[in-house]
Amino acid sequence: MLSHLPILQVIVPLLAAPACLLLDRARAAWLFACMASLVSVVISGLLVFQVHQFGVLSYSLGGWDAPWGIEYRIDLLSAYVLLIVSGIGALMILAANTAIRIEIPPERQPLFYVLYLLCLAGLLGIVATGDIFNVFVFLEISSLATYALIAQGQDRRALWAAYQYLIVGTIGATFILIGIGFLYSLTGTLNMQDLSNRLPQLENSATAFTAFAFLMVGVCLKLALFPLHLWLPNAYAYAPSIVTAFLAATATKVAVYLLIRFHFSVFGVGFAASVLPLHSIFLALGLAGVFVASLVAIQQPNVKRLFAYSSVAQIGYMIIGIGIGSATGLQATLLHLFNHALMKGALFLALAAVVFRFGSADIRHFAGLGQRMPWTMAVIVIGGLSLIGVPGTVGFISKWYLVLAAFERDWWPLIIAVLLGSLLAVIYIWRLVEVAYFWKGEDEVCREAPLSLLIPTAILALANIYFGIDTRLPVYLSDSAAQMLFGVSP
Amino acid sequence: MLPELYNYWVVIVLMMIGFYIVIVQGNLIKKLIGLNIFQTSVFIFYISVGKVADGSAPILAEGVDVYSNPLPHVLILTAIVVGIATMALALALVIRIKNAYGTVEEEELQERDLQC
Amino acid sequence: MTAILALQLTLIVPLCGALLIALCGRWPNLREAVTLSTAGLLFYLVIQVFGAVERGGDEAAALYVELWQILPGLHIALHSEPLSILFALVASGLWIVTSVYSIGYMRANQEKRQTQFYVCFAVAIFGAMGVAFAANLLTLFLFYEILTLSTYPLVAHKGDDKARAGARTYLGILLATSIGLFLPAMMWTYFVAGTLDFRPGGILDGNIGGIGATILLLMFMFGIGKAALIPVHRWLPAAMVAPTPVSALLHAVAVVKAGVFTIAKVVIYIFGLDFLVDVPHEVVAVYIAGFTIVVASILALRQTNIKRMLAYSTVSQLSYIVLAVLVLTPLSEIGAIVHIVAHAVAKITLFFAAGAIYIASKKTEINQLDGIGFRMPITMGAFAIAALSMIGVPPTGGFVSKWYMIAGAFQIDSYFVLIVLTLSTGLNAAYFLPIIFRAYFRKESVAPPKPHGEAPLPMVGAICVTALLTLLVFFLNGPLVAFEMAVLGVPR
Repeated sequence: MLSHLPILQVIVPLLAAPACLLLDRARAAWLFACMASLVSVVISGLLVFQVHQFGVLSYSLGGWDAPWGIEYRIDLLSAYVLLIVSGIGALMILAANTAIRIEIPPERQPLFYVLYLLCLAGLLGIVATGDIFNVFVFLEISSLATYALIAQGQDRRALWAAYQYLIVGTIGATFILIGIGFLYSLTGTLNMQDLSNRLPQLENSATAFTAFAFLMVGVCLKLALFPLHLWLPNAYAYAPSIVTAFLAATATKVAVYLLIRFHFSVFGVGFAASVLPLHSIFLALGLAGVFVASLVAIQQPNVKRLFAYSSVAQIGYMIIGIGIGSATGLQATLLHLFNHALMKGALFLALAAVVFRFGSADIRHFAGLGQRMPWTMAVIVIGGLSLIGVPGTVGFISKWYLVLAAFERDWWPLIIAVLLGSLLAVIYIWRLVEVAYFWKGEDEVCREAPLSLLIPTAILALANIYFGIDTRLPVYLSDSAAQMLFGVSP
Repeated sequence: MLPELYNYWVVIVLMMIGFYIVIVQGNLIKKLIGLNIFQTSVFIFYISVGKVADGSAPILAEGVDVYSNPLPHVLILTAIVVGIATMALALALVIRIKNAYGTVEEEELQERDLQC
Repeated sequence: MTAILALQLTLIVPLCGALLIALCGRWPNLREAVTLSTAGLLFYLVIQVFGAVERGGDEAAALYVELWQILPGLHIALHSEPLSILFALVASGLWIVTSVYSIGYMRANQEKRQTQFYVCFAVAIFGAMGVAFAANLLTLFLFYEILTLSTYPLVAHKGDDKARAGARTYLGILLATSIGLFLPAMMWTYFVAGTLDFRPGGILDGNIGGIGATILLLMFMFGIGKAALIPVHRWLPAAMVAPTPVSALLHAVAVVKAGVFTIAKVVIYIFGLDFLVDVPHEVVAVYIAGFTIVVASILALRQTNIKRMLAYSTVSQLSYIVLAVLVLTPLSEIGAIVHIVAHAVAKITLFFAAGAIYIASKKTEINQLDGIGFRMPITMGAFAIAALSMIGVPPTGGFVSKWYMIAGAFQIDSYFVLIVLTLSTGLNAAYFLPIIFRAYFRKESVAPPKPHGEAPLPMVGAICVTALLTLLVFFLNGPLVAFEMAVLGVPR
């Protein structure tokens, strides 16, 4: 049983999805989906433990060995990302039952859980598999589910946002498909391990370079790297709140994982540097993303949109970490994967509570919210402090490593730029705090969100503080993963 | 150069046509047609890559020892399925957009959003 | 009880106290009993720690607890040395007095949300204790922010528009400066020095260039917004919308003293006096502090509201401490440390008196105070003593600290400092003496609608205690100075 964990991680939610379809009552579907996602958390926990204990796990699907069959390969990096995705996925679904009550009509609620589980399965599959074509398949599974999930939003603009995302996402996925095709025609294999062995001999091949370029652009479309981020704010703003929370905390993380996987494991660190100044490009785009997105975020009247832009900015930080091009920089990126999942998860869940009470996350509903929904606002403050990077929260840890990585290279302008970026975050968080605590609310009476929504939110908020103080787990995992990625292909 | 690499040229031309339609067309359905052409070009790319010179269809038969590579064909079957699913979802979205907005023209959509 | 246990309990006790106060919210008498006993217990614990520091030797050296390691090299750790124990003693000791006072104040004024008030108060003391005993800059920063956040509800206590506006300035300036300047300065320090521990002699010597050190020093000075240098001082007058006990303890003792205490810690244990003397433009910092002293005194002169005048007086007095710290001579450091105590007890007396006047007569403006000395002789007597201490007249604590400051300025022949000190003494006299004059030598112009005497007994008692302490600082300055000499590495 334990040796089958890599495939169980993916197959449990994948099979639970159609099973969910058979349950036509929302509550039953919810309970079932909860069970499935809790099981996948347990599995990912066990996987982390196993990888820690025995090293890389390789699983041959259907008993077909690696180069012919599909291999599932769990190393520290994938175990780490699996843990993030399944953990957040489970927390979100705990809150989903309440959160979707007003946003999705009852007869469609069971279908919501089906889509949710499919999306989760797709994301987990991308991370678990060691076969690049399989990556494409799972990418499309999760993307299709995501488009449908976004289209569930109350506002009709959700449909339009989903359509736009579909076009952009499909182009991105097709780019990835082209890249995979080139790689296959060049090396004759789809297995990542084989690819990473064969590609170094082909360093000067134009085909390899073309494949790399297509893969990078395709992945960057999915992870909403500035300036390919235009689909993201609409999609996040109009999707049902719980979907936004789930996507913000997981989907972009998986895309960043994919970028790291292609860049470091498959092609190797040296490859990109030999053909184009990829790291400089990443640094430039990352910084531009941080500043432009933060500045736009400051002006948003809709808080969901505000945090969507803030997500684009935070992705910028992750890309900067990769762009620094050292193990510490990569560790900063990996830490930020984890930490950003926690903070955005908490923030968007808190917004879900606001939407639950007011029907939208417009900033005018925030007037006086500090008195009306004190706990929800407290979570937003904690998440905001974390976004800024105040010590005692997880945001500080990732920013600390980012600055540390820049310091190792003696890149003072970068350090200053990162710190200035944090100040922009101060501005948009402060705007929210000011409205919530210092403006007078209209007289409509409004109570705190129900406990079923508040508890998962509070768990995430506390995790923001807990992992800001007890950093052993994420630091250990990200450190080992970064060492591994730089060690395998120096 | 052209003759032996003509399959690539076909792919590139189709791809650009598809891409152009996606960008330029304001009609949501036409956009999808462009997207479809775009995807199809990649399918053709995969299929043509699997061709081995003088190879026959990859079916075991006496007297034949050069086969085309079947793997890309199998892969692309999967990709075609994915493409169909995407298209179905996209069309469903367009129907719902039509219901919600009463139009499938991009400019009119934006106008109607601005009005409310 | 071992001192090390007492040291850890100084953080746990106020936190548990806050929890208990919240639980006892429905029984006001029980709640107040909890507040008082927590305050008493905390003071006892600080005394225990003090004893160990006083005895010196190995026991004092071992007063170090590492609570948690965040990252390698970044710890949350506690340590007690003479400077921190002094701040802890002042904050915890005056908490008892203030608790007694606030019980009188809050009940007489029938304030709403009293439970929230006492809970936040206890959490703020928790923050102050953490600031006092922090063994490194990171720990200090964490508790500094806890102190900011926990005092925000106290400032906004009244809940009306004015309170909200004041609280907004308060939170905005304190958070922006700490995140925008203090935090980057801290990271910079870590990256050049490789540690954030407070060490005798500093950690920056040889790790940073001259200009860099000047910029870093300025980042710390303005980043530590609680020290209220101009132009980041505006939160302090804004915070005067808070109930008077809050202004008294937090904005005369815990919060503002946390600010100057942090600056003293940074100058003495991060930069190191010997290193800072050689930093080329360090004197810029002295000018900024001197400028703040004079300008804030002038602003105080123009205030008509008692509490706002006291707030500006605080801004000016805080800069005395910053100035003295930056003069960098042993005597001026002692002056700064003594002034932390002397100003704390005197300013809390002044605020107590202002609150007592408000409770007894609802008067808040200076020009209403004609003849009030006859109605409230004890309160105004205490007020006079404290005001004399502000000016620096013996036999009050303010005289001692000013004496050391002037002596320190002579050590380096800094005429700028001497002129600033003289000028501000004159200005202090100019805004305090007229109040005393009004209170005793003018007749009431209009009789109050309701004849009143002194404020409720708990308040008067508290005022007497702090006024006595103001005098005690003068008479007991010998032991105090001897004890604090250890900060400068002088063995006792």
